[in-house]
Amino acid sequence: MAAEGIAYYDAAVIGAGVAGAMTARELSRYDLKICILEKENDVAMGASRANSAIVHAGFDAKEGTLKAKLNVKGSEMMSRVAQELGVKYKNNGSLVIAFDEKERSMIEKLLIRGNNNGVRGLRIVEREELRRIEPNISEKAICALYAPTGAIICPYELTAAAVGNAMDNGAELLRNFEVTGIEKKDDVFEISSGSKKISARIVINAAGLYADKIAAMVGDTSFSIHPRRGEYILLDKECGAAAVHTVFRTPTEKGKGILVTPTVDGNLLTGPTSVDMTDKEDKSTTDDGLARVKRETSESIPSIPFAKTITSFCGLRAVGSTGDFIITSPVRGFINAAGIESPGLSASPAIAEFIRNMLLEQGFSLKLRKDYNPVRPPMHGFACADTEEKNRIIKENPAFGRIVCRCERVTEGEILEAIRRNPGARDVDGVKRRTRSGMGRCQGGFCSPRIMEILADELKLPFEAVTKSGGASLMCVGKTKEGR
Amino acid sequence: MELVIIGGGPAGMSAAVAAYESGVRDMMIIERDEALGGILRQCIHNGFGLHRFGEELTGPEYAWKYEKQVKELGIPFKLNTTVLDITPDKTITAVNPEDGVFTIKAKAVILAMGCRERPRGALNIAGTRPAGIYSAGTAQKLVNMKGFMPGRSVVILGSGDIGLIMARRMTLEGAEVKAVCELMPYSGGLARNIEQCLNDFKIPLRLSHTVVRVFGKERLTGVSVARVDENRRPVPGTEEYIPCDTLLLSVGLIPENELSKSAGIALSGVTGGPEVNQDRQTTVPGIFACGNVLHVHDLVDFVSEEAETAGKKAAEYIIGIRKKNADVTLKTDGRIRYTVPQRITEKSDVNVYFRVGDVFRGACINVYSGGRLIASRKKARVAPGEMEVIKIKKELIPDSGELYFELEAKK
Ligand SMILES: Cc1cc2nc3c(=O)[nH]c(=O)nc-3n(C[C@H](O)[C@H](O)[C@H](O)COP(=O)(O)OP(=O)(O)OC[C@H]3O[C@@H](n4cnc5c(N)ncnc54)[C@H](O)[C@@H]3O)c2cc1C
Repeated sequence: MAAEGIAYYDAAVIGAGVAGAMTARELSRYDLKICILEKENDVAMGASRANSAIVHAGFDAKEGTLKAKLNVKGSEMMSRVAQELGVKYKNNGSLVIAFDEKERSMIEKLLIRGNNNGVRGLRIVEREELRRIEPNISEKAICALYAPTGAIICPYELTAAAVGNAMDNGAELLRNFEVTGIEKKDDVFEISSGSKKISARIVINAAGLYADKIAAMVGDTSFSIHPRRGEYILLDKECGAAAVHTVFRTPTEKGKGILVTPTVDGNLLTGPTSVDMTDKEDKSTTDDGLARVKRETSESIPSIPFAKTITSFCGLRAVGSTGDFIITSPVRGFINAAGIESPGLSASPAIAEFIRNMLLEQGFSLKLRKDYNPVRPPMHGFACADTEEKNRIIKENPAFGRIVCRCERVTEGEILEAIRRNPGARDVDGVKRRTRSGMGRCQGGFCSPRIMEILADELKLPFEAVTKSGGASLMCVGKTKEGR
Repeated sequence: MELVIIGGGPAGMSAAVAAYESGVRDMMIIERDEALGGILRQCIHNGFGLHRFGEELTGPEYAWKYEKQVKELGIPFKLNTTVLDITPDKTITAVNPEDGVFTIKAKAVILAMGCRERPRGALNIAGTRPAGIYSAGTAQKLVNMKGFMPGRSVVILGSGDIGLIMARRMTLEGAEVKAVCELMPYSGGLARNIEQCLNDFKIPLRLSHTVVRVFGKERLTGVSVARVDENRRPVPGTEEYIPCDTLLLSVGLIPENELSKSAGIALSGVTGGPEVNQDRQTTVPGIFACGNVLHVHDLVDFVSEEAETAGKKAAEYIIGIRKKNADVTLKTDGRIRYTVPQRITEKSDVNVYFRVGDVFRGACINVYSGGRLIASRKKARVAPGEMEVIKIKKELIPDSGELYFELEAKK
């Protein structure tokens, strides 16, 4: 039993990335007291924030691997999951283009691999059809592998919605809880973060880049994780139509190659590069990387207007030393979800199911809860409503009639909702990821002071205590002479 | 409704007053902010109104002159109201907390939505994404309207006017402004601002320099700046690290024309604003534009002047006056980047405003009509930061064809 004075949970999920979030949501279907432990001030701060946002069809991973199996399964589950969670999802299909005969033979191999993996509807499209379905594609592309099941989704929206749904079903989110030690005592694990401590019978290690460190805390040193940088350039919504499908270059051993894709929000996303790193915290972009993104994506789609760049960013892949997803259990009740690199986002619903099955196999009794509700009303409900519905909402709550972010047209009502609703935003970037305020053309130039004010009011913080993304990322350093 | 004016800054208010004075009554100003005044509300420094009122006013004082008139004349305005859409037939959809989403069908529309600042993303500066990077205008709002300091040691990228003003403001507030870096070999701001905001405070202006990298995980810890060559590419080996907790960007203003696009108005690739004739009428009949939504102005005095034209001409349009006795396109040589207006459709004296693309000394601006020189003006120095004007007399305007604007200079 747990020591006195320490909060006890049936299950603790370490890491609020998409893998942890989906797993917490899956476990919240059962009669379990659950907590999600996250070292940052918000969910989706790791790889689940900055990635290609693609639900991969499943032709990349080698036959027989967990990656292959869970990708295909997850991708099949995703449209239903997205619907339940009220998350935008678009089945736009994907293309892997070949520029010469050598690349053609590569994509032919992918076709066979995809078929073996159980991906539906794959076929090679030749030049003419390719040009018809992807009008801006380079003249030099000779053919492409077409995957009709490929889709796009917003990864941090999905993660936040999954955590929110788990919380609506009783799970707790403990932020700024960086797990620093785990001690097994009889059949419970005592998990500490500095002087804070909780205990749990089941521990899911979904700590992304740090999953090796967490595993080592229970004596599992069978794998290691290293970061691999991926840099992106995001373009204005004006350019979203430059690509219809997700357009990949032929893959190399380092990754799926640089891609061009529309996003579910209508922007155009280009990237990622692929560079092995050692520093797990270095999310900086580089001149070389950004130049490479421009160069290589322009080979696929020559007309990309990079002058309409909105922002660039970097994501770190958590590359496992085994080459496959590492979903293992070194000790009963402790499960690793490690090395969840691409296609981890696509596979996430299937990863959650896989973990649940492991727990069942280990003899944990999971009793379905009667009041479990898999549905979470969409975060973008107001934006999608028709005029009549909007007016009804505004009448009820006038804050929805006050636009705060003019570029993305986000209302004060939506911002308040983002702060109040599970998992509530606690900082400017958190509001941004949930509402898209500040993600448009002006990148928060106009609205950030107002958003800081709303955050301060709602969280009962002094204005100067508002952060960009938790920790020491203060937006202001103090009052002016007159303000003092 | 006869006239809807979108935007309640100096342009919108001047246009409204002018339209009222020309007889329009059934009208309304729509403003998204909680007060009239637009960007002037946060410009608490002085230097406004010198041309127009012969005195140096602060931004709010200048705005108040017009706000008072709007209120005295009883011109209706709606605050906290954002226009969402304008159709080519001038149906306006807007939203506010009291009325919800509503539409107005207007006979004429004046666009006066102003401009926005270019953000960091557009520059694609490599590095991290910490707190402490603001556009100069956002910092201005935090300091002047909210009373908070975005930081204590500052590097400013871009020498646009707001950046220069903020260099002084932050210094007066006790912050240390370590450098203002400008990509171009000349400043994009007014000469008087360089003098009063930088030189008077001994803040170094580094021309032909840019920020190449941003450092810091949570809060900015420093930037790396480098010299650029004549193609504006950083010169390897010239990087210098400057520790700072704040980077302010003053790298250009972009007219806000999302609504103009939805109305089907043709936009100029150079100004980013609508193409207009001498009345400030856009390519959609009955839709006019003035102020920074049309082209970025350096002095508000010119904004008011331009807005008065738009207001007066919108009033004429409403009562059905259609004067068209010319069809002339204004073209430039590239040294002159653009003109406003871009078209002349009526033979009247026309003030043509323009900006140059580089600094030129001993400049002479020549205007040709069918190869014949019809106007010429000498200027000791012209610079991209300062808007210029040349008057074209009505008798010299041809029936059709082109007016060609050329700049002769030593450079
Ligand atoms: C560049 C790039 C492109 C990608 N593109 C795609 C794609 O298009 N499609 C696709 O399917 N997949 C893609 N992926 C993969 C996908 O993003 C990942 O598989 C997925 O996000 C991994 O989720 P996660 O929850 O395992 O990790 P993360 O999202 O990194 O979450 C781990 C969490 O654990 C927390 N944490 C770490 N240590 C501790 C600790 N000690 N205590 C508490 N909390 C801790 C972290 O703060 C973080 O929130 C891409 C990845 C990258 C980097």
